Amino acid sequence: MTAFLLRRLLSAVAVLLIVAAVVYALFYLMPGDPASLACGKRCNAAELAQVRQTMGLDRPVYAQFWTFISSIFVGHGYDNGVGTVWCSAPCLGYSFQSDLPVTQLLTQALPVDVSLVSGAAVLWLSLGVGLGLFAALRPNGLRDKVTTFVGLTFGSIPIFILALLLLLIFCVWFQILPFPTFVPITQNAGQWFENMLLPWFAIALTFAGNYLRLTRAGVLESLGQDHIRTLRAYGYTERRVVTRHAVRGALPTLATMAALDIGGVLAGAVFTESMFGFPGLGKLMVDSASNIDLPVITGVTLLASFLIIVANTAADLLYAVLDPRVRIQ
Amino acid sequence: MTTPILTVEDLRIAFGPVTALQGLSFELEPGRALGLVGESGSGKSAAALSLLGLHRGTRAEVGGRILLRPRSAEADAIDVNAADDVTLRSIRGRELAMIFQEPLTSLDPYHRVGDQIAAVHRLHFASSHEEARKKASAALAQVGIDADAKYRAYPHEFSGGMRQRALIAMALVLEPRVLVADEPTTALDVTVQAQILKLLGRLREEIGLSLILISHDLAVVGGNVDDVLVLKNGAEVERGPVREVLAQPQHTYTKDLLAAIPRLDAELPVRPAVSSDVLLKVSDLNVVFPGRRGATETRAVDGVSLELFQGESLGVVGESGSGKSTLGRSIVRLQKPTSGRIEFAGRDLNAWRGKALREHRRDLQLIFQDPASSLNPRRGIGDSIAEPLIVHGEKDRATLRAAVDELLERVGLDRSLYHRYPHQLSGGQRQRAAIARALILRPKLVVCDEPVSALDVTTQAQVVKLLRELREEFELTLIFIAHDLAVVRQVSDRIAVMNQGRVVELLPAAQLHEAQDPYTRTLLEAVPELPVV
Repeated sequence: MTAFLLRRLLSAVAVLLIVAAVVYALFYLMPGDPASLACGKRCNAAELAQVRQTMGLDRPVYAQFWTFISSIFVGHGYDNGVGTVWCSAPCLGYSFQSDLPVTQLLTQALPVDVSLVSGAAVLWLSLGVGLGLFAALRPNGLRDKVTTFVGLTFGSIPIFILALLLLLIFCVWFQILPFPTFVPITQNAGQWFENMLLPWFAIALTFAGNYLRLTRAGVLESLGQDHIRTLRAYGYTERRVVTRHAVRGALPTLATMAALDIGGVLAGAVFTESMFGFPGLGKLMVDSASNIDLPVITGVTLLASFLIIVANTAADLLYAVLDPRVRIQ
Repeated sequence: MTTPILTVEDLRIAFGPVTALQGLSFELEPGRALGLVGESGSGKSAAALSLLGLHRGTRAEVGGRILLRPRSAEADAIDVNAADDVTLRSIRGRELAMIFQEPLTSLDPYHRVGDQIAAVHRLHFASSHEEARKKASAALAQVGIDADAKYRAYPHEFSGGMRQRALIAMALVLEPRVLVADEPTTALDVTVQAQILKLLGRLREEIGLSLILISHDLAVVGGNVDDVLVLKNGAEVERGPVREVLAQPQHTYTKDLLAAIPRLDAELPVRPAVSSDVLLKVSDLNVVFPGRRGATETRAVDGVSLELFQGESLGVVGESGSGKSTLGRSIVRLQKPTSGRIEFAGRDLNAWRGKALREHRRDLQLIFQDPASSLNPRRGIGDSIAEPLIVHGEKDRATLRAAVDELLERVGLDRSLYHRYPHQLSGGQRQRAAIARALILRPKLVVCDEPVSALDVTTQAQVVKLLRELREEFELTLIFIAHDLAVVRQVSDRIAVMNQGRVVELLPAAQLHEAQDPYTRTLLEAVPELPVV
């Protein structure tokens, strides 16, 4: 187990290095000059050279890359034109456009996605698994057909349409919920909850359909297995067979998928954030890409990769915990 | 005469248009054992499931009456077929307990064995956790499992025999009156089969359990029941006290079943003359699987040396885990040996690489135990049989078709089966198809890995006969791997007995009764014998 985690950690470091290098290479090869963008339209050659030097763009790309990597461990001083800003380790670079260290931008954005995923995951898991069980208790009956249909419908509506629908229904027609704005939980827990409700449902309803299908299929597959026949032969009720035993067969797959989905949302829910105007990682990613804010792009990409690696590792661990036949090695 | 516990009257089962059972009637008295015997498709398993009302909620239509006499003498008999769900659930396990053919998969893989048994007790007696745990431990001890060490084990940590014992313990914990055992030993080695049958016999004596023992093998049923009922195509063909039926079978079908039993005292067929040319020479072969996480490594094959003459048939016999399959796989180069040398026709097998290896694979073929999973389920069997030829460069469709047709006919399958899928064939037909696929390249050496273990005795006898004929006709050298000495003996000139990776004894089939090694003697004794009549 310790050896497994250690190996995973090493490969994570390698993956992150490669990701960072690829992002650097990509933007080096791409047309467009961050310096002239930062300098503005009325910018003469001397000023441009000055900006280029402050941003460190005058040095060869490998040297820039090296500065980036080393500053993660030792920090780095950035000259923003007014004075020198010290970006302490772990420093992921400095955004000249917003005049802030990248780490600060990330730590501002991440809580939004943590808030989004925490509630949404609880909702989509309970909805998906609950309705999946409900459907599997009477396979091919009316309730099965209705729940599967509803799940599929929500799953196939694009999230930005669903978000608009929710806004229309709850904020415009019935006006029972405020137009969502992000309120940090530390500031006001009640308002946080109230404002999170719509985004949570938007994400959960799109995801729940998949979990419903997985649960239903997993349970129905288990129901045909020999060990379920044993339970029936010993007088277990069908409800107990389904909810306590057959569902166990579906759990490892469900948990794997949940870990990956949670990782995915954490790493940036672009559509949800932009529909509700939440300043999360997804929005940061889109903004930095359209502004060619290279340090931010690199930072967001690295954080997203890291979160996805963590999610994958968690998925593998969960699988081993949930299936006694699987042993981590 | 005592009142029967169970009275079955005119039991009929149909799956849609297919009739599985047409009017079965019998009575079971307390403490007695009844054997239900028949081939697959005779309706015996459908009958067993209906006794516990397990067809409920499926497509099966069950007619007739299954009357269970309750424990208290005054109460009326319960008709399993007509009882409501609550009554039925209270009977399942508590009055009629069942054990199944598939011990490997019949326990819940996600729960500890002891907990599963305790849960059954809690379900029926609403007992406390602690009491249920005690009862489960006692039941495990009763079937010979060390409860202290194994209570918290998961099913996958148990061998097949242990799992069947655990399932019997699950039945015992409820102190049922009738145990329905549906092919309880078919998936197990003969040695383990002997232990399980002995255990069932002991439990009958100790707690007066009534038993319904279902099997395709009269030899398994023969020594363990009082009465026997022979089924064919869903109808009874013969019944009576077991000794009478075995001594004087009235119906030809019963006679066929008896004749199909592989017997140690059966006369050996005349063997084709074996040449003195060595075709295969195995010297000091070792196959070691590395241990995981500090666990010790497994020596699957441990210093095996043997020689095989051109045209000879060598039987390799041993229990699961004895290394016999690994040896077979090494010989056809599907498994890389850790050390040692295998010479085929005078050349080192391990020296072959790439194209030369592919060419030589023509000469070495393998037939697997389970034809259902070794034939591609998404292809017609004709295409599966033709594939080796295609792989080896044959492109002409007419030639391929002719070769397949010829071989289909030779293994006793109709040409019209060419486009059938494996699931549309019976077990015996599938194994014939697998044999055809192995022979289409006209190999020199064929390794048969438990080729008849998954088949009914009658089908087993036919396939064994076919292999014997083909061996002569195709001048094959055979390695026949099985766990049952009586089966191996029918096709082998010499027999190698394997235990824990080693060949403990190698002797001519004709001298099997003179075996010296204690392990060989155990195997000999494990062969189910018909009671002396």
